[in-house]
Amino acid sequence: MKVRLEEGVSVEAVGVGRYVTIEGEQSRFFGLITDVELGALERGLELDVSDPYIARVLSGTGVFGTIKVLPQLALGVVGLEAPPPARTIPAPFSLVREASEQDMALVFGSEDERHFYIGSPLDLEVKVCLDLDRFIQRSAGIFGKTGTGKTMLTRLLLAGILQRGQASSLVFDMHSEYGWEGEREEGGVVKGLKQLFPSRVAVFTLDEESARRRRVKTDFTVLIGYDEIEPEDIALLRETLNLTDLAAQAPYRLARHLGKGWLESFLGYSPAQVRDLAGQLGENEATLLSLHRRLEQLKRLPFLVPHSPESAVERILGYLEKGLTVVLEFGRYRDIVPYMLVANLLSRRIHDQYVQRSERARGEGAPHPRPLVISIEEAHRFLSPELSRQTIFGTIAREMRKSYVTLLVIDQRPSGIDEEVMSQVGSKITCLLDNEKDIDSVLAGVSERTELRKVLSRLESRQQALVFGYALPVPVVVRVRDYTSIYKKPVGPKRVEEDRKDIWEE
Amino acid sequence: MPATRIGEVVQASTQELIAQCYELHQPPPFASLVRTREGETDIFAVVYHAETGPLEPGRRPVARGREETEEEGVYRAHPQLSRLLRTEFRAWIVGHRVEGKLVQALSPRPPKLHSFVFLAKTEEIGEFGSSLQFLGPLATAPLPPREELISAFLLHLAGSREDRGEFLLRAGKELTLLLRGEVPRLQSLLRRLS
Repeated sequence: MKVRLEEGVSVEAVGVGRYVTIEGEQSRFFGLITDVELGALERGLELDVSDPYIARVLSGTGVFGTIKVLPQLALGVVGLEAPPPARTIPAPFSLVREASEQDMALVFGSEDERHFYIGSPLDLEVKVCLDLDRFIQRSAGIFGKTGTGKTMLTRLLLAGILQRGQASSLVFDMHSEYGWEGEREEGGVVKGLKQLFPSRVAVFTLDEESARRRRVKTDFTVLIGYDEIEPEDIALLRETLNLTDLAAQAPYRLARHLGKGWLESFLGYSPAQVRDLAGQLGENEATLLSLHRRLEQLKRLPFLVPHSPESAVERILGYLEKGLTVVLEFGRYRDIVPYMLVANLLSRRIHDQYVQRSERARGEGAPHPRPLVISIEEAHRFLSPELSRQTIFGTIAREMRKSYVTLLVIDQRPSGIDEEVMSQVGSKITCLLDNEKDIDSVLAGVSERTELRKVLSRLESRQQALVFGYALPVPVVVRVRDYTSIYKKPVGPKRVEEDRKDIWEE
Repeated sequence: MPATRIGEVVQASTQELIAQCYELHQPPPFASLVRTREGETDIFAVVYHAETGPLEPGRRPVARGREETEEEGVYRAHPQLSRLLRTEFRAWIVGHRVEGKLVQALSPRPPKLHSFVFLAKTEEIGEFGSSLQFLGPLATAPLPPREELISAFLLHLAGSREDRGEFLLRAGKELTLLLRGEVPRLQSLLRRLS
């Protein structure tokens, strides 16, 4: 919808991403400015504007400002909890005004036990609040180029979920920056989740030494037994380990042949033994040898042991059941191979448990499991079109909330994520993206795509994000709230208190 | 102050009037607003042409001043001249007032012949400038010095208004909208107004 600015309103005074209300004949509309343009009465109106009189005559008549507005919501409909989407457009010549703070508060809600304040719209001191109940009901994504503040946003959201207590979280923390403390891009450190919510967060680590050096109090050191690794965990690493198709399929046959401890046995084989095995299984020798060679990398990972004394999965599940959030730090194993291996392996088991429990809940009327949000970084590695059907993360993203598990994916290259998975991501929070493909992929399936694309490419490179999807009534650009502001209110409203009781009553 | 009577209508149509001045060589200034009357209706018109010539079209005056030292001497020596010559002006009708209401449109009926013609008073000129509806018809009127007339008339109106600058700005904007597609005309008009 095109809106002509009144004479005397400078184009410089309005901005893309801001909100307006439109007084239609029958109802009021709430809309987003998606473009600002100069309009001219005719092409090539070349008058001598060095004359101040002529310049004044022309401004507003010969040359005038226009904005494009996308009507989004109908305001002032009585009897509804939230304003409904606009199903029509205002009549021509309706008056357009900048949205007032009251209008904004009406649309973006106010902080309460399900709404979490994440930032303010540009140029307005109004709180934009995410509906966390809805946010965790479907998978969500945080996107943005490196250095645009994804980590800070993730930390903020995780803290919000912790504060409001909608769900437990399991965070695969590749760079060890969520659990204990994290560094700010602009210098200094910020408190991690454990520091803010000491009794409600457990920090697990794969690398005890690193944790000790950083003086992080960890709750559990994760060891993973070779016997816990299944062929599909290897299949997932196909690309990262540079395996051929055949080599990626071989583990399935190895597992059938060698049994539960297949990986340990296989890695223990000498090249000659591998050749023998190839003969027995009818595999190509070269394929099996190359698989053997590639898998030897895993031997360098100290957290992989023949058999782990205590199952990490059980421990994690125990904590999650109590409503705690578990952060798994990778310490010095920042490489993608251990990250993918461990995240996939643990998530698969945990997801299995949730599926069983939710089935039991449906069948026997047992209580539903507590919702779980799994956060993964570098999500495009797990959810690429080739892998998304094989990894557990693809399954979780696709099945939505059936088993009470959803994903929070954090990624700088959303175009690498399978389209089908992207379309299932309910809420998207995206910082600046400048790659065309990435922008397309984030906005795929959104009806206001062309408009939002302009908004997205004009974000500032830090602390600004476009938020849209299931947890908000309309897309909005926010100045992300300062993370440290969360320190002041470490415990949220009632619901958290109840949760706390649950935790400690056992 | 009574309005200045300057002449009377000698030819009229719904669009324009021709009036003869009472004083030879004393026509109203170009682009000034004049008023005449038809029954109960005041008719306003803007002067766009004035000329002085012989009463009888065929008889062109001859030069008579060879022996005179100053121009006035010609008229003194030949007093019949002021009877044989006349000054006329043409004015384009731009509005009328009926029942006290000023309408910037042609009059329903042309002024009667021999209606008196007055120079509009300052307050009438100022009031006339409160609307710019006359600009549309005037911008397309088939008058030869059209741009000249429009700009001079606007300046004439502006001179009787307290908001002179504001008025000219409004007029300029109105012209910009009216003359879309006619950049050179607009340019020349705006230059005259600035």
